[in-house]
Parts: sequence; structure tokens; C-alpha cells
Amino acid sequence: MQPIMQARAVTKVYKTGAVEVQALRGVDMSLDAGELVVLLGASGSGKSTLLNILGALDTPTSGEVRFKEHTLGTMTEAQLTNFRREHVGFVFQFYNLVPALTARENVALVTEIAQNPMRPEEALERVGLGPRMHHFPAELSGGEQQRVAIARAIAKRPELLLCDEPTGALDSATGVTVLEALVEVNRDLGAATVLITHNAAIRQIAHRVIHMADGQIAREEIIASPVPPSEVSW
Amino acid sequence: MRALDRKLLRDLRRIWAQGLAIALVLACGLMVLVMADGTLRSLDETLRAYYERQRFADVFASATRVPDDIAPLIAGLDGVAQAETRIVGSAILDLPGMMEPASAKVISLPASGQPKLNLPLLRAGRLPDPLRPDEVLLMEPFAEANALPPGAGFDITLNGQRRTLTVTGHVLSPEFVYSIGPGSIMPDDRHFGIIWMNEASLAAATDLGGAFNDVTVALRREADPRKVIAALDHLLAPYGGTGAHARDRQTSHMFLNSEMEELGTIAISMPPIFLIVSAFLVNMVLGRLIRLERAQIGLLKAVGYSAREIGWHYLKLSIGIGVGGVLLGVASGWWAGHAMTQMYTEFFRFPWLIYVPGVRAIAWAVVLGLATVIIGALRAVAATVSLPPATAMSPPSPPVFRRGWIDSFGRVARLRQTSMMIARSILRWPGRAAITFFGVAASVAVLVSCFFIFDTMDLLMDEMFVQSNRQDVTLVLNQNKGLRAESDAATLPGVRRVEGGFALPVRLIHGASERLSTLQARGQGTELTQLLNEDGRVVSIPESGLVLPERLAERLGVTVGSQMQVALLAPPRETWTLSVSAVIRQSLGDEVHMSKEALFRLMRQDAQVNQLNLSVDPLALPRLMETAKATPVIAGLIYWPDVKGQIDATINESLRIMTVIFSTLGMLITLGVVYNAARIQLSERAHELATLRVLGFSRGEVGYVLVGEILLLAVLAIPVGWGLGYVFARAINTGFSTDIISMPFDIRPRSFAIAAGLVLVTATGSAFWVRRRLDHVDLVSALKQKE
Repeated sequence: MQPIMQARAVTKVYKTGAVEVQALRGVDMSLDAGELVVLLGASGSGKSTLLNILGALDTPTSGEVRFKEHTLGTMTEAQLTNFRREHVGFVFQFYNLVPALTARENVALVTEIAQNPMRPEEALERVGLGPRMHHFPAELSGGEQQRVAIARAIAKRPELLLCDEPTGALDSATGVTVLEALVEVNRDLGAATVLITHNAAIRQIAHRVIHMADGQIAREEIIASPVPPSEVSW
Repeated sequence: MRALDRKLLRDLRRIWAQGLAIALVLACGLMVLVMADGTLRSLDETLRAYYERQRFADVFASATRVPDDIAPLIAGLDGVAQAETRIVGSAILDLPGMMEPASAKVISLPASGQPKLNLPLLRAGRLPDPLRPDEVLLMEPFAEANALPPGAGFDITLNGQRRTLTVTGHVLSPEFVYSIGPGSIMPDDRHFGIIWMNEASLAAATDLGGAFNDVTVALRREADPRKVIAALDHLLAPYGGTGAHARDRQTSHMFLNSEMEELGTIAISMPPIFLIVSAFLVNMVLGRLIRLERAQIGLLKAVGYSAREIGWHYLKLSIGIGVGGVLLGVASGWWAGHAMTQMYTEFFRFPWLIYVPGVRAIAWAVVLGLATVIIGALRAVAATVSLPPATAMSPPSPPVFRRGWIDSFGRVARLRQTSMMIARSILRWPGRAAITFFGVAASVAVLVSCFFIFDTMDLLMDEMFVQSNRQDVTLVLNQNKGLRAESDAATLPGVRRVEGGFALPVRLIHGASERLSTLQARGQGTELTQLLNEDGRVVSIPESGLVLPERLAERLGVTVGSQMQVALLAPPRETWTLSVSAVIRQSLGDEVHMSKEALFRLMRQDAQVNQLNLSVDPLALPRLMETAKATPVIAGLIYWPDVKGQIDATINESLRIMTVIFSTLGMLITLGVVYNAARIQLSERAHELATLRVLGFSRGEVGYVLVGEILLLAVLAIPVGWGLGYVFARAINTGFSTDIISMPFDIRPRSFAIAAGLVLVTATGSAFWVRRRLDHVDLVSALKQKE
């Protein structure tokens, strides 16, 4: 299968005041279309940094990131904006919904600017939130808010779905419903999905697991037969 | 509607209180601009229309007695469009129910009825019948103050003859918008009025048959007033001319002008102060508000919105607030301008009001108001949009604090950790602290520069009525009298002390500068009227030479020791060269002074008096007034406590309105700044403050961290506000001084204290209002949130 995303020798150094933090130390990886990859690692291992770089939310200090035939490093600000707008869906640990907008409007925020989106209602139906779409974030539970975030991420029919600890702020039962929504979306839409977690149990739902430590890929693991989220427990 | 626009509307609704606070600060600046400009333009326009419709003359001259055949010569002077001769006299009135005598200027009405120039505007009743010598018109304010409706009668002593007159109508006149009795400084409608009487009747009463003693002239458009004045002086000199003058020395116009100048000062000096302050604050506060949106801006970027779309979104948010502020500012400025114009119209008794709010000022208000918010928003959005989305969405990295003097200070002063948090926060974000600091200082400054006016007025009143003019009564005589008049006056009922005075119209000339003025002869060691030196101390009159008030000396370009020419405009009509022997502080009027002995020596005459200053036993006042009314030689009587009361009332009325407006604005600035500072602090530090609560700090202790910083800044800002206020007040005070009133300057500690107190109360109130929100912060969720 043709990889849609490739990273070569990617490094990232953060400077906070006088302190330099080496977040990534030469990462090579690729991502196939429709693949569900779990990034596993301890806090500070560089998972989020890698994810942000893949999604063009951040730029690498060195190395190259390619999306299909495009190199992100050579793209202009406008092209990067367009890349995010059309091809990437994000799900964050803390949902990052706009509190002033209802569930439907949070999704519409994205569908209004994307080329070929689904209707906001459809996206919400997919994550099982059809009946709650007129609620504001403050009126939704954490799991529901995260599912709105997923709906917002998939509504543009992205080729790449990046999820940064989507269950991190949720209890396990709620986490399962969120994971189910993600797996379903990955299966139905065929979006290459990268899911960050530091919860080892979750890795069983993936096609492939990348273990990260100290800003590097420690090892990779292929899961021959992924299990449905409902059978995972933590 | 797009989701982003919906977010915009809901955001505006969510931050309405902060938005309103910003809009109010902005509105303050714009309101003053629109109000001041509107008032000034309206008054100007009203006055111009009034002068034009009632054909206010351009040049005025008086003489003793000019034969009627000179009139055609005046009309034929080069540059004269129209000339009107008339008779002007003065009279003492005995009004029913009034103990003291009132005085009036009596002006002749031509046989044709309406004059050609200075048309009286009939407000009630009718013109007098030319065949009835006892029928007169009265100045409306005077008639109203004394309840003399058309048809009423009153007694008058004119040229020593007592007679009864009947009012046929009330009028207003462009010549007497500001009608001031002889020796007085403020309009006093009860005690001084204008009477228009048929010419034949007035000529008979004043022995001016076939003659006139006053002329007013309208000039041709291209005429040079100085040439006409010189020609007129030349023509009238043989007949006792006292010097022609243009509008700029016409009493009513001069006072009106000086009032307008004062208003102009406010119109010019106040708006920039408010605009700069409010623009600065709005810019800063809005910037902080948008920086709080950092995470949402990051999110919008993450989901694919471009920097331009995000920028436009926040720009619309700011414009929403800006439009609110502009509407509020323009509307309230419009309203306040109308109210101010109305107040002045009533005060000046203009017959009508033309309200023309300046379109230019309003356009400026809109442009400045929107520019202020747009620039503020752009700066903030630019700073946030340039961050990579990942950075924008993650909490800002913990600020880097450095060790510094505050640490050792904290150790030495044994500050608690919460106090150290306050101190470090101020030092770490000096720009943020500066907004609060500067805003509070600006409020204090605005209040100080508003309250100082009362102190200055008190000082002015003290100089005028306690130090310079200590007499109870001044009698104005209708002709020069020998010194016997002084001893005669001493026998009047209740008189304790008499000091004679002598006033002479003069023209002062130094190089190319000329001024009409009055020369006052002063005795040595007078007690009832005194001269004050530049420091406000009493000085005695030098034995020789002229004493000039500061402003006049400045205008003529003379200093102590300068030689200047003094042309007497009354007999002996000589021109002397005199040296300036002293320059004094004189709050009111621009008359010059000279020692009595020196003057009469130069005049080669025995000492004379034409006014008498009296100190009177208050109990005997009614009898003195009665006698004065019946004494033909007394042309006017000034009762000084009345004058003072009148000034007090006038000042109080106009100052009160102004003070209410400006102190409200001053407090609004504090409110806007402190409320926003506290709200933003609360959002920025919710996590930190919630952590403190979790650690076991009480609400009060946590509130201390929030409110303490703001109040500390407010307290520190007060002295700076005082300093700024002093500078503003100085500038305003200089602008207040006019040809007529030279303002002393004083700010009492009380004013500083009240300004500081008001601002502190407002700041504390706003800060605690926000602190209440701390009680509702959900600790767990505040800790969970990234920001």
C-alpha cells in the first residue's frame, strides 16, 4: 500500500527560557491510507510533538515530512492552512470545543470552510450525538464533548485523523464509546488514524503500534487481529 | 449565519460587561470631543445669527455733547456703512419692594420707533408711542427679575429729576447680551437694567436737545476699523469724545468673547486628554482580552482557518465593541452638547438657540473611536496568530521569573507568599501593570483638573472680595466732585469710613500697541480697596508712575521702568509720557492705577472724586439706600455683597454641571480599567487561584492576591495622577484667563484628597465586584482546565 504520510529524520528542539528540550531525536515513520496506528509512550516521550508535526500544527527543527507527494517543509503558510483545512482532522485531549457554539455549530465551523464536507448533522449522527446537537459544550458530558470533537474532525472527510489522548480526560466506560466512534470512523471513512495514548491496553484496537521513548521510536508492533474497543478494559 | 459569526455574537454577549466597560472608556473621550465642539459651534452660530439679524454695530463712541449737525459728517466717513446717533443716560430706579436702589442705562429710541442698528428684539408688549414721553421698553431679564410686566409703572431719577414711567414692552438686545452695571463684573438682572425711551423725552431730561452723546456705526465690508475709529475720535474730540472702540472693547461682546474663549479652552484642552487616555486604555485592554482567546485562535488555525480569517473575526469583535463606544460617545456628546448650549443660551438670554453639532467632530469621533479599537485588536491578534497552532493551543509556558531585589526585599520585610505573588506579578508583567497604573493615574488627573476650578474660584473670590475690594458699597457719582463729597458722604446714615476714588478713561500706548483702559487715582493707605502684588500680598501705591496689571503689561509689552504714553480721553485731554513703577496681580478688569497726588499734580487740578467707597453699618443699610435713591448726584450704587452673591450663584451653576460631567467621566475610566484588569487577571490566573483554594487558602486570602495587586497599583498611581492633574490644571487655568479675568492658581489639599478618594472607592468597588466571581469558580474544573 502507498504511504500517505512519511517522516524522515525528524527532530524537534524546544527552547523554554534558558532550557533546551530535545523533544524528537530523529524519527522515521510512515503511515498508510486507512491504517489505525497507536502511538504509545510515557509522558514526555515525544508523541504529541510528532503528532503536531504530522498535522502541520508545528514545524520540525530538522528532517522532512511528506504528505503524499508534498513536502510540508516547503509549503507556504497558506498552503499549510489549506492542508489542515482539507486533509487533517484533529481530536484533542481536552476537546477544544468553542464554548460559545453548540455541538452542531462547532462542527459547522469546519464544514463551512472545507471543500467536500458531510453535513454537520451526519457527522454528529455518526458519533451518536444526533439528539444532542443543539447543546452547548457546557451542557454535554466529557465523553459527549469528545465525540463532538470527533464529529468536527471527521466532518471534512479527512485523509488523516490525528487524535491526541482522546480518552485521556475520560473514565474508561466513556473512553470506550469514544474509541468505538474512532474505530468506526476509521473503518467507514478510511482515514489514516494516529491515536496517542499512554494507556497500553488501548493498543489492542490498532493495526500497528509505535512505541516511543526519549523522542525516538523504540519499536514497532503489528497487531494481527485488532480487538473491538468494547473488549478492551483498563 | 456562519458558525464563526454566531460565535462572534455569543462572544460579544458573553463579554458584555467587559465590552461595556471598554465602550464606556472610549465613549468618554468621544463624548467630550463631540460635546465641546457642538457647544462651541452652536454658541458661535447663535451669536453670529443674533448679531446679524439685530444688526449689531461695529464701532461705538461716546462723547459729552455733540451737535446734531456732526451726524452727517460721521455717516460720510470713509468706510462707514451706517451711523446712528443717540442719547445715553444713566438713572437710579426706586423699585417697589427693593430696599437698595437699582440703576439703569437709558437709551434713546429714534422718533421713527425702531433704531437702524442694535435693534431691540421685542419679546412682549409693544413699542412706546412716540407721542407719550413716559412710555419705555425694558430689558427682558431686568423686567422679569423685578416683576415689571408691560403696563406696570416704576419710579426713576434721571438727571436729578424723579418721574414715573410705564413699561410698554420687553426686549432683548445684541448690545446687552451681557448687561453689566457700572463698576460691577457680573450681570445682575435685579439691580441693573436697560431702558429704551423716546428720544425727545430723553433729550429733554438730559438737556441734550439738538445734540447726541453716543454714536454707533456699521462698517462697510472692506473698511479698516482702525481708520474709522481714528477719524471718529478726531471728529468727536472737541465734544468730549472718550475714545471710539470696535466690538472688541464693547462690554457685552467682550465678556461674551471671554466666556467663549473659556469654553474654547475646554473644547480644545479636554478632548485630547480624554481621547489619548481612552484610546490608550481601549487599545491595551482589548489586546489583553484577545490574548485570552489564544487557545481558540490556535484551534481555528488547527482546523484550517487562515490568519486573515481569524484576524477579521476578532476585528469584527473589536469593532462591535468600538461601534458601541462610538454610538454611546456620539449620542451622549450630542445630548450633552445640546444641554450645554441650552444652559448657555439661557444664561446669556439669547432669544433663540441654534444647535449645530459639528459634523467634523462626529466624523472624527467615529474614525478615532474605530481606529483605536482596530489597532488594539490587530496588535493582539497579530501576536497570537503568528504562533504555531500547537503552541497557541497549549498553555503558555510558565513565565520565567528572575531573582531580583524584590526577593531580598520580601525577605527583609517578611512578606507572605501571597504578597510575593503580587509583587512578582507586577514586576514580571510591567506592561500589564502599567495599564492599570496609567488608567488610575489618568482618572485622578482628570478629577484634580476638574476640582481645582473650585479652589481657584475661591482664591479669586478671596482676592476680589476679601483683599482687593473690601468696601460694602460703592457710590458712582454722575460728575466729578471736590473732596468735600467725601466728608458729605461720611454723614450719610451708617457710614463708618469713606474713601474717594477717581476714574478717568485713557488710551495706553506703547510702541505699536494700544489699549483703552481706565486710570484709577488711589490715595496712600486706603483700606477699602487695595492692590495686590504678584504674590497676592497687599502693596501700597508708588508715589509716582503707573501701576499696571500683569496681563495688560504683557499685552502692551512693558515692564517696570518702561516709558509709555497715556492719552486722557476726558479733560484736560492731554497725552503724558509716564514710566511703569509697578506691575500687580489683578484678577479682575484691566484698569491701571496711579497715586492720587501724582495724578492731580499732572492734571494741575485740585483733587477730585467721582466714586465713593463706603464701609457701612449693616443695620443702617436700609436708610443709606433710601437716601441714595433720593440723592441726584448719585448715578449708581454697587452693593458688594450682592455682587459676590451673584458671582457665587453663576459660578456654582455652570461649574456644577461641568464638574458632574467630568468627574463622572473620570470615575468611568477607573471603572473601565480596573474592572477589565480584574476580569482578565481572574481568567488568566483562575488555575493558579483555584490551586490556592485547593491548598487551603480562604476565599479572602485568594481574593487578596487578585484584588491586592490592583489596589496596590491604584495606590501607587495616585501621586502620579496628582502630578499629572497639576499639569493639566495649570494648562486649563492659563486658558481660562481672558482679557477681563486673570485667573490666580490654587489647588488645595482637599481637592487632591477628594480626587484620590473617589478613584480609590471606584477601584475598590470594581475590584471587589470581580472578586465575588471567585466564589463561584468550580475548583475541580478550574484545575482540570489547561488555562
